[in-house]
Amino acid sequence: MLKANIYVTLKNGVLDPQGEAVKKSLKILDFGQVNQVRIGKFIEVWLESRDQAAAIKELEEMSDKLLANPVIEDYRVEIVEVNQS
Amino acid sequence: MRFGVVVFPGSNCDRDCYHVIKEVMEEPVEYIWHKEKSLSGFDALILPGGFSYGDYLRTGAIARFSPIMPAVMDFAQAGGLVLGICNGFQILLEAGLLPGAMLRNSSLKFICQPVFLKIQRNDTPFSNKFKSMQVVKIPIAHGEGNYYCDPRTLQEMKDNGQILFTYCSADGEETMEYNPNGSLANIAGIMNGKGNVLGMMPHPERYSEDILGGRDGFNIFASMINWLKGVG
Repeated sequence: MLKANIYVTLKNGVLDPQGEAVKKSLKILDFGQVNQVRIGKFIEVWLESRDQAAAIKELEEMSDKLLANPVIEDYRVEIVEVNQS
Repeated sequence: MRFGVVVFPGSNCDRDCYHVIKEVMEEPVEYIWHKEKSLSGFDALILPGGFSYGDYLRTGAIARFSPIMPAVMDFAQAGGLVLGICNGFQILLEAGLLPGAMLRNSSLKFICQPVFLKIQRNDTPFSNKFKSMQVVKIPIAHGEGNYYCDPRTLQEMKDNGQILFTYCSADGEETMEYNPNGSLANIAGIMNGKGNVLGMMPHPERYSEDILGGRDGFNIFASMINWLKGVG
């Protein structure tokens, strides 16, 4: 079985109201060095597969189709754990 | 003439839309459950507001893959009138029937209030009962209506006249001060290139009868009917 981590992040230039609000909060908490916060999504997917190359291809297809919206988001896929049992 | 109101799990303005078409506009209307796979005999479709699939992942992202959606896309492709209101607009964006995407409101708040809109054109299936540049009042109720698209898409929409409704003041001033959610170019509603698909964040079905405080929304449905009867 394979496990994948998918990181979905807002594209550069797309305003992130949540990140802005969190940044303000961090400033209020005296973390004065913070100058930007961007919030994205972290998705874990477990696959019944042992073929990493094929899995990555499929995960990218999933991301393009559903997990990320290409108008506002980028994504990155990584396989982190291979259980050989 | 027959209207269809598409019902997704989590739609909650479907009955309001049905009521307005049936009782106020006095036209035939049917609910269409999202698990249906075909559409026949409809002249116009409404994708109502709500929280389809609990807004999981992104608003409209999962509803966009409902079994009915290929038929909705074929209907739109063939020139049928499609009106997406609020969550319906978000579904049309996710489905690619309209360009762009929605971000969280810049205030991060869910906003429920009447707003003023400027009707940018009155030569469309959705706005022919208004005057051009008329200012109307229709309520919004959403947490993610902060419309976004890339600069090239925005320019294309401007050039094609696809921006139909913009947020403004009671006097028609289109500044950020009167923009409730931070949307690009004060966009409240856009059409596709052919002008037969409209997505809008405000809820015309909530403002089509005097008893509800106003009836500026009435003219959107009346425009569609006018257009379908060939007098628009």
